[in-house]
Amino acid sequence: MKFLKFVLSLLLALGIYYGLNTKFGSIPPLGKFLDPAHGIWQNDKSESGETDGLELVGLEKPVTVHYDKHLIPHVFAENDHDLYFAQGYITARHRLWQMEFQTHAAAGRISELIGEVAINFDRGQRRKGMVFGAENALKKMQEDPETRQFIEAYRDGANQYIAQLDPSDYPVEYKLLDYSPEPWTTKKTALLLMYMTDMLAGGDSDLEYTNFLKKYGKERFDLLYPDFFDTIDPVIPKERDWSDWEVLAHDIPKGELPLDSISETMEKPDPDNGSNNWAVAPEKSYSGNTILANDPHLGLKLPSIWYAMQLATPEKNTFGVSLPGALGIIIGFNNDISWGVTNATRDVKDWYKIEFENEDRNAYRYDGQLKKTTKRIEEIKVRDGKTVFDTVVYTHHGPVSYDSDFKGNSQKIGYAMQWTGHIGGNNQRTFLELNKAKDYDGYMGALKHHVAPAQNFVFASATGDIALWIQGMFPNKWEGQGKFLMDGSNPDHDWNGFIPQEHNAHIKNPERGFVSSANQHPVDESYPYYVFNDGYETYRNRVINDFFKSKEKFDIQDFKDLHNNNYNLKAAELLPHMIENMDVSALSTEESEMLEDLKNWDFNNDIEKIGPSIWEAWWNKLVPLTWDELKVEDLALANPFQYQTVHLLKNNPDDTFMDLLDTPEKETAKDLFLLSFKQAVQDLQAWKIKNGDIDWGDYKATFVGHLLQALPAFSRFDLPIGGNSGIVNATKKDHGPSWRMIVEMSSPPKAFGVYPGGQSGNPGSKYYDDFIDIWAAGNYLELDFMQSKDQAQNVLFTQELNPKP
Amino acid sequence: MRKKLLNFIITLVLAAVFSELLPWWGVMLAAFLSGLFIPLKRMAVFMVPFLAIALFWISYAYSISSANDFIMAKKIAVLFPLEGNVNLLLLITGIVGGLAAGIAGVFGNQCAVLVKK
Repeated sequence: MKFLKFVLSLLLALGIYYGLNTKFGSIPPLGKFLDPAHGIWQNDKSESGETDGLELVGLEKPVTVHYDKHLIPHVFAENDHDLYFAQGYITARHRLWQMEFQTHAAAGRISELIGEVAINFDRGQRRKGMVFGAENALKKMQEDPETRQFIEAYRDGANQYIAQLDPSDYPVEYKLLDYSPEPWTTKKTALLLMYMTDMLAGGDSDLEYTNFLKKYGKERFDLLYPDFFDTIDPVIPKERDWSDWEVLAHDIPKGELPLDSISETMEKPDPDNGSNNWAVAPEKSYSGNTILANDPHLGLKLPSIWYAMQLATPEKNTFGVSLPGALGIIIGFNNDISWGVTNATRDVKDWYKIEFENEDRNAYRYDGQLKKTTKRIEEIKVRDGKTVFDTVVYTHHGPVSYDSDFKGNSQKIGYAMQWTGHIGGNNQRTFLELNKAKDYDGYMGALKHHVAPAQNFVFASATGDIALWIQGMFPNKWEGQGKFLMDGSNPDHDWNGFIPQEHNAHIKNPERGFVSSANQHPVDESYPYYVFNDGYETYRNRVINDFFKSKEKFDIQDFKDLHNNNYNLKAAELLPHMIENMDVSALSTEESEMLEDLKNWDFNNDIEKIGPSIWEAWWNKLVPLTWDELKVEDLALANPFQYQTVHLLKNNPDDTFMDLLDTPEKETAKDLFLLSFKQAVQDLQAWKIKNGDIDWGDYKATFVGHLLQALPAFSRFDLPIGGNSGIVNATKKDHGPSWRMIVEMSSPPKAFGVYPGGQSGNPGSKYYDDFIDIWAAGNYLELDFMQSKDQAQNVLFTQELNPKP
Repeated sequence: MRKKLLNFIITLVLAAVFSELLPWWGVMLAAFLSGLFIPLKRMAVFMVPFLAIALFWISYAYSISSANDFIMAKKIAVLFPLEGNVNLLLLITGIVGGLAAGIAGVFGNQCAVLVKK
């Protein structure tokens, strides 16, 4: 009996230990998790200065870090090595989980953390060649001794932080998912840069276009997807004359494009990944100093994609935002220059049809012969599951992303991706050089290293120069090349060289006194290299340019107003036409009332108005009705661009595409207006009953979601902010201005910035999301650009990082 | 009664020491040791270490969290989901720690019984 009781209590003790030490599904190991000495209670704290006087192995000289009241670190180091060491250390201290998670995502390693639900995502990442591209970039970075030294210093700094962590200090996400951080590597820096490249230059519609071309023919294609719209206002103004360039142009080769039907493609990055930037010249500035602004539009996430910092050595002093995992300041300013980026959105990803010799896929047809493939076996570890192995075949173009093992159906046919993201470049160097650039030449020199994602780099200097270069590596294409699936066996379809760097479109000190970009067409048709429409923006850019043409002088308040401008140009161009052409006699009282509300709207997507809610609901019903032909099972197709949709609705109302396939009647645009309006009103009424008023702020309900599947506990919801996609204030539901910066190049520069997040990555810190309300209200932080470490005021606390003897 | 109090105090002291040195199961070890050396009877075998550790965890958690306005606690109480109720989260924390300790205490007691013959 005694023995039985002993055994029973032993089993019970073991059972409770196991039960509370193990993760079950999404339930964390409760004992570990709730233990106040090691679990989440330890994360219930906000940063303060109790760790003064840290000793770190690998530092050469002492480094002083002042944290200002926003927890922005101002790092003062004696040399660059120590600066980037300290950057790695400090970034890991505040954003470790995010640094690791984003690079795991880039590398297709999410299944390791959350199990089999992520296998398809991970396979997609591997098949896009994300790790392949990162390895190529790392090679380039390592070939440059200086870059190599700095990325290693950053790594060592981050690892110093990781090495001294006790499990009780782990960020809460590790405790929730029950795993531990691994050491940082230089490859992770390359992976982070690939993560950005994929986000910004990972989109294309070549296969969707091929499907359309096959189904409807070239004439219909050109109508729906034109290279240029009837009006464009390109990044480089139309006045720019290119005639003095000697240009090597390629002829369109003979031979057919393969017209295959592709049923399914990988998920694309958000097409609204984009940005605004602009700068005014001294003659257009209220003070005679150049003024520059930038706001990159990305997914709204917590912890934020940006981390604000000041990085100073005796030779340079730079302020702005960094990307956790990458070195230096990515968007910012120093005492001499300021810079910002928007996405150049060029077609740098193409697809080739590959015909393998046989089912072993060891060779493929090329130039009348057989060319050998290489194979990369991707090992995807799966939490609580069996490791998945995926063989990805590589051709001279790049990885065969689609084949019989992945979204394809024939063992002998595959589709290979060619992408500038795979070339590998020392993009890191571009930013390190920009950080210390003193003038236009320094800026231009820095840009030369930048390969992908191609960006519109806006520039303003203290000496009065403004400029904009569209920088990246762009294949020099024959007209039409890469718009559709190409023939992988035909050498004439290969990329044949790149546009020489000095021929990348750019402009310095234009006569109009300002430069700007908002992801629109880079150039007009006069640019001597082939550029086609890869989803260019058509509304924000015109509002911005019209604003700068509207008066003589601009000040910082004007810049703030423009960032927060909610004018909906698309609605202004289409809505009056819709109202005028709709058969209003068919409306119910309820519908008529809503139409009246809409008629009184001033086209501003402000939070307190109901006009924008009705308009957006209407538009969101109209588009799928218009393009119902393109929603077919087993065939991937892409909707035409919004500008062209508006154009066709207004100018081709009787086009056969306006007809609804599901009905026997023949509809025109007019009918679609009425039908979609009725649907929209019905939806809005239903929404009202469920949620209350349809004010735009409530109806849009912008939120900033935690990186881990937007866990509600760590996210922020229902933010009162206007705007929408296609508006200068490009804030839609979960996407928008991820950093807003305004810099006047006075001496020293006056700067303002804000992002929808906070400096701390710890959801338990008061600094986790403290910028969000400031951001939503359209306000800014005054950036405290400390000119020296002794001149620091309003410091929250100071850390001294000392070399460990 | 004196034994109960002694067990209670020893469990608390050991738990406090072990929490600095060992992972969360230090509280189980604490309860096990006090159960082994200060035998109790009937319900007290479980209840005394249960209460000691529940009290320890709740007050420890409260003292950390209250100094930071319960920012994290409120979020975890949304995650679980407890509708943001921090008191409930504290209670659950106490029960989890207490349960582990109570069972470890019972086990310690049974070991003592076995060894005594």
